[in-house]
Amino acid sequence: MSMRIVIAKPGLDGHDRGAKVIARALRDAGHEVIYTGLRRKPSEIVRVVMDEDAVAVGLSTLSGAHNVLIPKVCEELIENDMGDIIVFAGGIIPESDRENLHSLGVRAIFGPGTSTSSIIEFLESVSERKKNGLEVGVGHDTGWRWS
Amino acid sequence: MELNIQQSINSAREGNRRELARLLSSLESGVKLPIESSSPWVLGVTGPPGVGKSTLIGVMIEEWVSRGEKVAVLAVDPSSPRSGGALLADRMRMSSADSSESVFVRSLATRNHPGGLIPFLDNMTNLLGLCGWSRIIIETVGSGQSEIRIVAFADRVMLVDGPDRGDIIQAEKAGIMELADLIVVNKSDLPNALNTLNSIANSLNYSSNDSNKLVLMTSALNNDGISELIDEIEMLKVNNERTSLRIKERLLSAWDFLLLSNPLLNEVLLDLESGNINLDEALERL
Repeated sequence: MSMRIVIAKPGLDGHDRGAKVIARALRDAGHEVIYTGLRRKPSEIVRVVMDEDAVAVGLSTLSGAHNVLIPKVCEELIENDMGDIIVFAGGIIPESDRENLHSLGVRAIFGPGTSTSSIIEFLESVSERKKNGLEVGVGHDTGWRWS
Repeated sequence: MELNIQQSINSAREGNRRELARLLSSLESGVKLPIESSSPWVLGVTGPPGVGKSTLIGVMIEEWVSRGEKVAVLAVDPSSPRSGGALLADRMRMSSADSSESVFVRSLATRNHPGGLIPFLDNMTNLLGLCGWSRIIIETVGSGQSEIRIVAFADRVMLVDGPDRGDIIQAEKAGIMELADLIVVNKSDLPNALNTLNSIANSLNYSSNDSNKLVLMTSALNNDGISELIDEIEMLKVNNERTSLRIKERLLSAWDFLLLSNPLLNEVLLDLESGNINLDEALERL
């Protein structure tokens, strides 16, 4: 099932090879991918998701600021009545920081070495859950995460 | 259902961006909505890949916003014929797109629709006009007939070119020069921009229909020539001859749409393939 997905680079981090590889892999899996480019504010990312009517947003961070930037995006999505948006993350995010991000509604976190097919499988299980009426959005209080 | 749609349209008209974004998705997926015509102001922008169309639109947006306009952009990129997916990255070059209240940018994939996007664009621009977007830009890569048809849909057409892209004959081949109201040579900061400008101007002089067509130079990078460009666009008069060319392109795309959605199409294609009928008989049957 084809989705509209925003791939975003929040904050001051100038490396987007990973984000571009993901964008390309999602395109090849039949999705429409909107890439924001580097150095976007959380508020700008939320705006892109809104205007593009995307169902999911992938946040790529390598700068170490993930504990600030990712929660901010989640919060602002919920504030803007977009709690149904699916949030996933990738980049350099230590294991010890992941639990907190999951508890804020991040449904999957992909680290170095992830194969692009895992991300596509994650999205497939997301659409499967949606089809069965199960909640997957950032603002939904389910404990579900992809593993 | 009817009532809900009317409510979302009203909410979008009152400035609810998420509602507007959702309605655009419905239109894009082929849903018919009760949208009245709003006679929107539409500019089509096209040109070869890499001449700086998105960057130029980015700075044009800023100029328009400073003049009090609300600017919406529909940025069209091709879908992959193999996977059906698309990588839409025009907006990353429009720096004001993600923050200003007076700017709305929507990326559209061509989705291999039969007949292209034209049947949907009409309603999309009407909806944007209805919601108070006073300047609407449709951006496409000018590389093929279907992209040319998309810009042909707009009442004003701007062709963007750049220096050192080879001979002007290339642009003439594409057929887009006849449809354009004005031609912009972007990247005027690079050497040879003036040469390109001159050769375009010369080539326009060969045809009496085109000799009054405007050719301008800009540098989106340095914000050079942008205010003058906007002045010229605002003063454009709708040219009757080009209007009829555009109407012809619209008719052709509607015709393609009809043909490609004909239920007999596959059957006729098979018969043609096996040699059972010839082209004339195929047309007769359709």
